[in-house]
Order: sequence, then C-alpha cells, then structure tokens
Amino acid sequence: MLRINCPFCGERDHSEFTYGGDATVTYPALDAPTEAWFEAVYVRSNPKGPHRERWQHSDGCRLWLIVERDTVTHAITRVEPSRAVLSELIK
Amino acid sequence: MTGFRLKSGGAIDRGKPLSFSFDGRMLRGFTGDTLASALLASGQRLVARSFKYHRPRGIMGAGVEEASALVTVGKGAHTTPNTLASTEELVDGLDAYSQHCWPSLRFDLGAINQLFARLFSAGFYYKTFMGPGKRPKSWLFYEHFIRRAAGLGVASREPDPDHYESREAFCDVLVIGAGPAGIEAARVAAEAGLDVFLAERDFLLGGALLHESQPIEDTDARDWLSARERSLRAAPNVRILGHTTAFGLYDNGVAGLVERLQPGASARERFWVVRAKRIVIAAGALERPLVFGNNDRPGVMLASALRAYANRWAVAAGRRVLIATNNDSAYAAAHDLARAGIATTLIDARENLPASLLHKSKEAGVELRLACVPLRTIGRCARAVEIGTADGGGVETIQCDAVGMSGGWSPTQHLLSQRGVKPIWNETLAAFLPGATGEPIRCAGAAAGTWRSEDCARSGRAAGAEAARALGRRAPDEEFPGPGGWEAPIRPWVFGGIKGKAFVDLQNDVTLDDVRQACAEGYDAPELLKRYTTLGMATDQGRTSAVNALAVIAEARAKPLDAIGTTTFRPPFVPVSIGALAGAERDQHLLPTRRSPMHDALVAQGARMLETGLWLRPWFYPQGEETVDESYLREMRLVREAVGICDVSTLGKIAVQGPDAGELLDRVYVNAFKSLTVGRARYGVMLRDDGIVMDDGTSWRIGEHEYFMTTTTANAGKVMAWLEELLETRWPDLRVAVTSVTDQWAGASVAGPLARDLLQALVKDVDFTNEAFSFMGVREGSFDGVHCRIARISFSGELAYEIYVPADYGQALWRVLLEGAKSRGGGTYGLEALGALRVEKGHVGGPELDGRATLDDLGLGRLASTKKPFIGSALRMRPDLQRKDRAQIVGLMPVTTGETFKGGSILCAAGDESGHGLGWVTSVTESPSLGQWIGLGFVKGGLADWEGRTLLADDPIRGRRTLVKVVAPHFLDPEGKRLHG
Amino acid sequence: MTRYSALALLKHAVTGQPWSRAWRDPAPKERYQVIIVGGGGHGLATAYYLAKEFGIRDVAVLEKGYIGSGNAGRNTTIVRSNYMLPGATEFYDFSLRLWNTLSHELNFNVMFSPRGQILLLHSPDALDSAARRGNIMRRHGIAARLLDRAAMQELVPHLDYSPGARFPIWGGLMQPTAGTARHDAVVWGYARAASELGVDIIQNCEVTGFVREGGRIAGVETSRGRIMAAKTGIAVAGHTSRLGEMAGLCLPIESHLLQAFVSEPLKPLLDYVIGFGGHGHFYISQSDKGGMVFGGDLDMYNSYAQRGNLPVVRDVAALAVSLMPCLGRVRLLRHWAGVMDMTMDGSHIISKTPVDGLYLNGGWCYGGFKATPASGWCFAHLMARDQPDPLSVPFSLDRFARGATIDEAGSGPTPRLH
Repeated sequence: MLRINCPFCGERDHSEFTYGGDATVTYPALDAPTEAWFEAVYVRSNPKGPHRERWQHSDGCRLWLIVERDTVTHAITRVEPSRAVLSELIK
Repeated sequence: MTGFRLKSGGAIDRGKPLSFSFDGRMLRGFTGDTLASALLASGQRLVARSFKYHRPRGIMGAGVEEASALVTVGKGAHTTPNTLASTEELVDGLDAYSQHCWPSLRFDLGAINQLFARLFSAGFYYKTFMGPGKRPKSWLFYEHFIRRAAGLGVASREPDPDHYESREAFCDVLVIGAGPAGIEAARVAAEAGLDVFLAERDFLLGGALLHESQPIEDTDARDWLSARERSLRAAPNVRILGHTTAFGLYDNGVAGLVERLQPGASARERFWVVRAKRIVIAAGALERPLVFGNNDRPGVMLASALRAYANRWAVAAGRRVLIATNNDSAYAAAHDLARAGIATTLIDARENLPASLLHKSKEAGVELRLACVPLRTIGRCARAVEIGTADGGGVETIQCDAVGMSGGWSPTQHLLSQRGVKPIWNETLAAFLPGATGEPIRCAGAAAGTWRSEDCARSGRAAGAEAARALGRRAPDEEFPGPGGWEAPIRPWVFGGIKGKAFVDLQNDVTLDDVRQACAEGYDAPELLKRYTTLGMATDQGRTSAVNALAVIAEARAKPLDAIGTTTFRPPFVPVSIGALAGAERDQHLLPTRRSPMHDALVAQGARMLETGLWLRPWFYPQGEETVDESYLREMRLVREAVGICDVSTLGKIAVQGPDAGELLDRVYVNAFKSLTVGRARYGVMLRDDGIVMDDGTSWRIGEHEYFMTTTTANAGKVMAWLEELLETRWPDLRVAVTSVTDQWAGASVAGPLARDLLQALVKDVDFTNEAFSFMGVREGSFDGVHCRIARISFSGELAYEIYVPADYGQALWRVLLEGAKSRGGGTYGLEALGALRVEKGHVGGPELDGRATLDDLGLGRLASTKKPFIGSALRMRPDLQRKDRAQIVGLMPVTTGETFKGGSILCAAGDESGHGLGWVTSVTESPSLGQWIGLGFVKGGLADWEGRTLLADDPIRGRRTLVKVVAPHFLDPEGKRLHG
Repeated sequence: MTRYSALALLKHAVTGQPWSRAWRDPAPKERYQVIIVGGGGHGLATAYYLAKEFGIRDVAVLEKGYIGSGNAGRNTTIVRSNYMLPGATEFYDFSLRLWNTLSHELNFNVMFSPRGQILLLHSPDALDSAARRGNIMRRHGIAARLLDRAAMQELVPHLDYSPGARFPIWGGLMQPTAGTARHDAVVWGYARAASELGVDIIQNCEVTGFVREGGRIAGVETSRGRIMAAKTGIAVAGHTSRLGEMAGLCLPIESHLLQAFVSEPLKPLLDYVIGFGGHGHFYISQSDKGGMVFGGDLDMYNSYAQRGNLPVVRDVAALAVSLMPCLGRVRLLRHWAGVMDMTMDGSHIISKTPVDGLYLNGGWCYGGFKATPASGWCFAHLMARDQPDPLSVPFSLDRFARGATIDEAGSGPTPRLH
C-alpha cells in the first residue's frame, strides 16, 4: 500500500486517491497545433525511478496533488498541492 | 500404532479432553493439542497421500514447515480442504478427513503411479500427450484425466456460510512472532513508550520456548515466558494478537495479517491491515529435512518436530527413535527424547565433535554414532533405517519406528523476500541471512540466523531499542548478537550414498533425481527449476525444500551456492482464505447501490428495477402480466398521446459557479456557452483530449456566474472528476468552482402533449405558455412552497420539461406528478421506453457513445464551434479521424415492414457473410408511432453514401438476417413541431 | 536432440539414458544477422519464426535474466480471440490458429487447452454489445455462442445465481475454442525449437545500450560485451520505454503493475475460463494442477516493481467471493505482479521505428500471452522482409499520430484504463 501524505488531510492509503499520471506533462494552449497536443497526450517518458505524478485525493479533500514517488521502490519523497497558490498558503 | 502420549508434561490441559474424528474414526485429544499432535498421540501415522505418486505420508513438522500432513477439515458448506494438521488447533468435535486418495487412505489406487515413477520424471508431461495427429483438442482428452488426478482437496460447492471481518490498524512497531526475540523486542519498544503490535501465528506465545527444556537467562523457559507474557498483556500500549499470521509485507510499512477466531466468534477470520512505522520480523527459523532415500515415509520427521511433540504436547512419535543430523541442533531433541524414556540413537554426519556434546549425549543416554548418514528408510511406515558413511559405505540397518532429521536451519526470510530483499548466503551456517533493506524493517532472533534462545532474546531487545531510538525515544543500549551459536560447524549436504527415492520437495514429490535431471536439461536457474519441476510450488511454497534444491543445483553446476541465485518468495507467507481477504465488503457491500430520491415511490408503484451504472432505475412498469416489450410500448404511447413522467434524478448534475464559469464551459464543450443568456439551456457535447466524444448533456444558465450542468448517468463521476482535474492542473487561473449536486436534486422528465397542462397546474408561479417559456428556456418556480428548477428540454421529441426539486422533496414531487399524469390519461415510463423514445427522435445514447466515435461520426459535427478552441479540437483533426469513410450514424428500418432486427447486428452488403462488414447496429426499438421496428447504427460513409440504400443486418449469433433500409436518424417529427409546439 | 514422444519417454525410463539440454547455452558471438532483445515468449517466438519461416538462422536472443522471467511466466495463461475491432480480430484469430498446432509445431507440449472461455453478461444492454462482438467473431470463423442464464447455470453452476447476487447473471458470451496454455512451456518450447534451428539463446545478458553507426542501430552493448547485428528487435514488454530511451525514442507507453493470484490446488471445480468486465475486471480459471488462477485490475500507478499492493488484493478477493461464493474458504497460495506495457489505446505495437535498424514489438497491455505465436510470426516477418505482415499493419507506431487507434475498451489515451 502506498501511503500518501495529503497536505490537507494527512497520511492516507493510496486507495483513497485517484492516480492522474505524469505530472511533468504540460498541456499546450487549446489552439496549439496538433503536434504539440500529440506530444502532451500520447508521449510519456515513463521513467524507472523517481517520477513526478498527479494524484487526486478523490475520497478526501478532492484536491489534486503532485507526488514524487520512485517507480521501483514505491518510496514517496514529496507531496505538494498541484496549485502553486495552495502550496504558498499551507506554508 | 506407534505414537503415544507421555505420562506427564506438556502444555496441554489433561483435565479438558476433546473428541474429534479422523476419517470417521472417533479419537481423543486434549485442550492445547493441534490436530497433528492429537493424531500422533492416537498412533495415527498415515495421514495423507502425496501429490504425484500418492505415497503414504505422515506428520513431518510441528508448525508451518509441515509439508505432508494436509487434511480436509469440516463438512458440507464448512469443508476446508488442504488444512495443515500441524497448525490446526484442536477443538471439540473437529472432523478431519484424509484427501487426495481413493478409495481410502490406506488403500489408494493412485499409488499405482509409483510403478511408473521412472516415466513420470521431471517435466514428463511436456514431452508427451501431444497426439494423435495435429488435433488442437488432443490435449483436452489427456487433460480430462490429469485434472482429476491433480488437485489436492475438494472444495465445497456451497456458498461459504461464514463471515469475515477486516480491521484497519496503526502502530509504531509491528513485531511479527512472539518467540524470545519477538517478546523482547515488543517489551523493550513498549517500555520506551511506543505503540506496539505483537502478532503470533500460534495460539500460545513463546515460539521455540514452548518446547524448550533448557533454561534461558538462568530461568526456566516457561517461567521466563509467563513472566514476560503477563507484563506484556498488562501494558496498555501493547496489542497482542494470537492465532494471527502476518502473511505479507507491502509498500510503505503496510502489513497484512489474518487472525483466526474461535468458534462462536463474530467471524471465522479477521483480516488486519496494519500500518507500522517500523517492523521487526522475529518469525524464527525452519529446520531443513535431510535428503536421503524414502525420507518421506510416515514416521520420518524433523528433529525439532520430534522434540516439540515430546516437550510441548507430551507425545512420543515412536518407542525407538533414530535421529540423523549434520548440525548441533538435533542434540537437544535427542537428549529430551532419551530423558523421556525413548530409546534414542543419534547419527551425525560429522566426525569431530567437542567433548561437551559427546558428554551430554552420554549423560542423557543417547546412543551416538559419528560420521554416519542415513541412506534410506525401510518400511511403508518407517520401521528401520539403513545408515552408512558419507560415500555410502559401511551399511548397517537400525530398527526404529520414528526418524528425526536435521539438515540445518533456514531463517524465515519470506517476508523480507516479499520486499524484494535478496538474502545473503552464509557458508559457515549454511543459511541465508537477511540482506540489506532500505526500509525500516529489521529481522531479529532466529530469523536473523541467531540460534541460541538467549541470543534471540538479546537480538529482540536490540531490535526493540533500535525501533525506539529511530522513533525518537530513549532505549537501553543492546547490541545485536552475531549469527550462529553452535559449538561445531554444520556439515551440509551429503548426497553420496543415497538409495531409492530421495525427496527434496515432499509435497510436490520432487526427488533428487528430478532436480538433477532438470539441471541437465538446462533448467538450472532456481526459477527455471522451480517452474519445470514444480519444486517449491506446493502449498508450503518450498519452505523446507528451497535451500536443499539450491544445493543440488550448485552441485550439478559445480558452482558455489551463492552463485546460483535464489527464488523470490511471494505473499502470502501461509495460504490465506480468499474470504478473509475479501472481508465484509463483498456481495451487496462490494459496491454501493444507488437509489434515487424517488426510489420508494417507484417500487411502490410496481416498477421493475434495473441496475445501470450503480443506480437502480425503473426499467418498466408492468401492468398485470405485461412483458417488458408490452409494457414499454404502452408507456411510449402514453408519452406520445398524453403525458409521461420519468425519474431522471440519476443524471449527473454539477453546479458550475464563478466569474469564469462560461469560459470553463466554452473550453470543455465543443459549442459555445459563454454567449448563452441567463434563463436558457443548451445541449452540449464534450470531447476527450484525443478528440473523441466523452459525454453529452444540457447546461442551464442560472445566473450571470452560475450554470447548472447535467451529464449522462453513466459519466457523471467521470465528468465531475474531469472538470476538477482541468481546473486544478491545467487552468488554475480560472475563477470557477465546480460542485457535484447530483444527490442534492431530484428530477423528473415530464413529456407529452399534455406536459404543459400538467406542470402549469402544479407550478403556478411560472408561465408555461409557449411564448413565455419557449424550447430550451429555464425557469425557477415553486410547487406547494417547494423551490423547483425547470427547463424545457426534450430527448423524446415531445413537448417536454425537466423539473428538479431539492432531493428531500423528490417523493412529494413524484406523487403530485403521478396524480397529475394519471388524471390526464398519462402515467409513468421507464428506461426501456426512455431509450425507445430517444431512438425514434434519433438522439444518441450510451450504445452510440462508445468512446470511439467522433462528433462527425455521431452526426453532431455542426455543433463544433469554429470561433473558439476547445478540449479535443486539436487532436480531432488527425487525418484518420477526419476520413469520410468512417462509420457514421444512420437510421435503419427493415425493408419489409413487420420484420425485426437487433442491436449488435453487423451491417453489410447483402450476401456478404464474412469480415467486419460496413458497420453495426447500436440501438433498436419497436416504434408504435411508425408501426414498425427502427434502429440506429453506424455505417462507413454514413448517410452521405447510404441514404435510401439497402443493407443486410447480419446477426449470425442469434440466427437472424434482416434487410434494412438506411434512413436519416430522425424518425419522428424531424421538423420539431411537437417539440416547439 | 531427442525428439519428445511417449516412446522417447519410455526409452529413457527403461535405459536410464539422460536427457540432453533443451536448448544450447552458447557464448555470444561478435556479430549476428539479427538480435532480439528479450527472451520471453515473444522474443523467442520471433527467433523461432525467423529461422523456421523466413530462413534467418543467424539470430541471437538476449535475455537479462533467465528465459521467461518477465511477463511470459507471470500471466494468467488465458488464450482467446474474442476481439471486435478491425485489425485485432484478424490478428488474434491468426494467433489462435497457431496455438491449435503449437505443441506439434514445437514438439513440446504447451498444454493448450481450448476448454472454452465465457464472458459474463450482467444486463440486457450487455447482451446486445456482446452480440456485436460475437457476430464479428462468427463472421471471421471464430466460434462464439450467446448463452442465456439457464445455459450459464448448467455450464458454470457455482457462480452466484441467487436473488441477492450483486452481479445478476443475464447470460454469457462464450468462445468455445478459447482456453488456457501452460505459459512456461510456451517459452521453453520456442527456446528449444529455435535453438535446434541454430538460434543462440544468451541468458544473463543485459542490454545496456545501442551501438550506432551513422544514425542507424548496428548492435548492442551488453553485460557480456558488444554484440553487432544488422537488425535489432526489442521484445521486452514492461520495459519497452527503457530500451526505447536508450535508442532515443519516447513512446506512447506507461508501465503498470498487474497482479495475479493462485489458490491451493483443488480437485476440478471450474471447467471454463470466466471473464467479468462490470465494475472492475476479474477473470478466473483452474489450472491443470488444480489451482484457481485469477486476476483483476491494474494497481493503477506507474511502476516497475513486480510486486503489487493490498487494495487490489482485497478488490480481487471480494470480486472472487461475490461472483463465486464457494471460494470463501479456498485459500490463496500466492500472488505476484508483472509490469505491463500499457499503451494509449490498449493495443500492441509491432512496428519499424524512426531509428533505422531498430524494430519494436511491445505495448502488449495485459493481452500479450495469447498473442505470443502471432506476435512472433509478424515480428519475424517485419524484421526479415522489412515490410509488415498484413496482420500487423494496423499496429504500427504511427497510428497514434494519425488517429487510427485500436481502442477495444473505448477508454481513450489513458493507459491504465485499458
């Protein structure tokens, strides 16, 4: 079981969360060309090791988090809110 | 009849006799017995048959290391096959049965396999059973017999009548195993103020101390134990769970445990999920068998098991015992047996031993033979052993009725191995010791290769103190003792003079020859060998066989053992009931069942409910003996001719609020919503990032900064999560909040020519005239003082409204709507009619929104805004998504009126009977308005290529072929006169 | 090499003559015509068909551990061809045809057991959509039957048919020719047959990089030295992204965990392979040894760990007892996990790559085992002729950019949902 320390709710089982994939992906503007959208939607670096990823605390505060987790050991090294403004607030 | 109960001693309560049965024979045991100890005490040597050769088997172990004595416990729905006799606590009235034998345990026809043992060598089934001929089904013929020959016990066919519980728990330190190491680890951690969880598989605490005859730390082992148990039980910060096996260690310090509860408890077993900051594995070590001829015979046991039965259960396995060893540990067993009056011979593979061991043996009255190994056991149940020198010379036969063996010890590495930690081979101890782990997990005691009880206790204290310090507490300094503790080194693996079948894996009948043959064939990596020979794949998962097998591989490959590699142990450590893992969240508790606020009213009215998504929705409302088809046709007529009401509370509803609400909708819908005026609704379609249609629905502009979005029932959760994701991760600058209000509003669709009349009578503060309240208008009003929200929306093509009220008033709304509808010659309609009505109108629904269709495929291309980009607008332009020959939506009608066709049929040119055809049929209904069957489907090229032409709806799986005409998908009132009327 | 047969078994039993190695254990040569990276079922099958069907015998299969150590030995052994979408139907049909004669082809009993697979249907709508699938199968010559509730009760009597069942059974879609096979035997069978034809199978040989010559891949660096080849194919599903990265490719793949489960051996209890696709996945069959073999959903987060976590264990167990209530007292013996290449449309990739000399076979999601023979065949065709077999044309790497995805689940570009 992964234990994710939600900055708002505390440490919880990962079954309370919904995985949201690679957080290093940045989505282009809606009117960006097809190629830019293709890169964002389809291409993944899929690293073996440290991975920045999105999780939503769907059975908790429902906020989206950025989690740094190793894809081999599953050790979680960092959890922060997806919205930068919330990161500032909880500091 | 050889085993018997000693006159005194043992941790059994002779004042509390228990009766039980084995294969129908009534037997007696005592409270404190296991099934195995009671069977042994009753003289039952033969208890099981082996997997492949059906060789007679007895009890060989005294705990989880047992590899042979598997029985079926209980009967009827309570039948539990493959139960280890050695860990099953004896209870009064327990019924145990032998398994995997026919017609009886004593006379088992399957034993005929032994005659063909040379044919049945390792992997023989990969080399035959392939013919005759190249028929794909040849194997099915052989398999029929092989399946029946394989398998062990018979599972009950009846539903398991028992309950299972689960508990979620948290602690600072989880200590696994309550032997001397575990007890001391728990004590020290608890004294430092930590919250401690101590789990012990056995029904008594103490581990190896339960059969220890020697003092520990100058105290009698039992006194030492009971003093500590008392103080642990008194400590408020220690939770002790007996009967509890920690079966798996998972990520981030989470452990899975199963507690077996007593008969009459609230459940049969309880599944614990423990989240621990630190874990101490003090699960002890397992003794390895020696590999020699017929080392599987009933009466041949591990030396430690002989000792445990004698000391803990006061059971002697025989009257003349021979113990064979290659290490010091068996001496204690021999001494204890001899002191209990059993004639005991000890043979040791080693030659030079310290005087102390020799002296103690002499003192205890043990006959000791050095430089001697067992070659083979004689007798169906052991009655003698041939012994000799390591190279097979100097053969001599020694009469005995029980044999003990000790081939060294393996620290219990399974839980650590589950974490992916590779163990480290220690040549001196001939044992794998714990490897380094980056996690806060520590092995202590015999699990770390520490053999002596006192060292185990020290090791436990060190582990407890380490945990305390790591968690910021003060604790006494205690160093971990080094591994080992024997006076003389072990002499492992003497395979020289073995005669006959020597088993490496007892339960799966894998012999020394099998292992050697597999190596010769190239299956010489541990995992390959395991898979090829099945060694280590039985219910004991190779607990006693894995290391011996590695030694044989090492010998065959002429390499040191640590160059061979290991296999990985997988959870669970011991087999765990699937029921326990499922816990109570099964059946109706597995997933929620969602009921609309109108539910009770619908059911009271006789609705046949159907689960869609997780919702129970009214499928149809039968009158009398009506079938679903009769019912939905009648319901459709009510709507087309008078007025029908339908519960639509299950639609997803999302409040979209904030200054940028319109901007958000403009981005997620393909069409424009910012420009929608307050008091109006609009049908919208949203795409996924990849340009494929995700969902459709209406959004109502309630105010300048507020929209009321509806989604399909199926996609409600998905759309909500999608909007949240977009706002949180992509567009955090948008000033919008989205809130799911699905459960806050109850809703009904009111459809039919009399819908206006019905609603006007109810909601007096809204003007329902066509001029005041036109199609796609939105109004807020009230009925009986209850606030309601109404939009003039139609999916049926009739004059229709959706009316929403706060959920608590759903039933009230339903009652008045029903009354109003009935008084106007109308009534209720269910899902089936709802679906049929939208097909008549050509509206897409679930079967069309299959996650593969584009806007154009669905005939909705005209909705896409050209003035603004939206989610999916880039990728939907990919060339293959824009091809003109994609399958696009069409309407279908049988060429011959009165003929029917079905959803799921394949559309193709008449006469084309193979391949993917030109398209498929998604939704079909009988249309009372048109007097024939109609349907929607997708055809390559769509209406542009096919309108007015004929296709075959081919339905071979239901044996139907129907010629259908392709028409526009709007069957009824294409101009929308009813809608706007 | 001894030909395997009942007679050979008898001869060895009587004479005590030892069996020879199943496959040779050669040291790697400096150069081969073709290198296949990955000694799983797909890699070995590719090597076999290259040698057998396409006349290329100068082939090395490089495996970082022991052969079959990846997903080939971790799956739940189901073989079926009930695919609905163009491309997939034909590909898996071809694969099943190869399965039918595979034991003979390889002279190794892979225990292909076409005992029948049944997809459970839990609503009237599910019956219609299953009919479409069944019709497509029938129109491709693949046996398919729609079963009603009564037929289900007869064939699979131990499911929950009670009025209180959480998943009421409306019927089933049966493929009578689908079934299971012994996964390890497929690996060994291909290895033995390929080795016999001259293919070098090199175990404990990890690829650590590619050798480039003028922009094309000309060989590989390995833990056992540099090995050159005109063509290099990768068949390392689960780790495709890693090999891709070494070659400078970024792929539409995520690696995810799929767990699998086996119970203690039982006397025959379930005669068919059962699939459930309602709320979450579940599939179960009984192995010849007697274990109930089952599985469910992915663990739902990127991982290369080969070990799963408790939430899926609990979900799968709950589905097991909810669908088959007599399993409550049956004990789970072992559970493990494999690393799946999950693609953006749930379908595999057999394709040339933008890098000359490098060919890609991967993205098998959780459907790779049943595809083994066809995958090997098509990949061999691609590598030998530099042209895809018509059956693998739809599975090219460029389909994502073109919008020609093959999405059976209709889940879109979210790999874990397929």
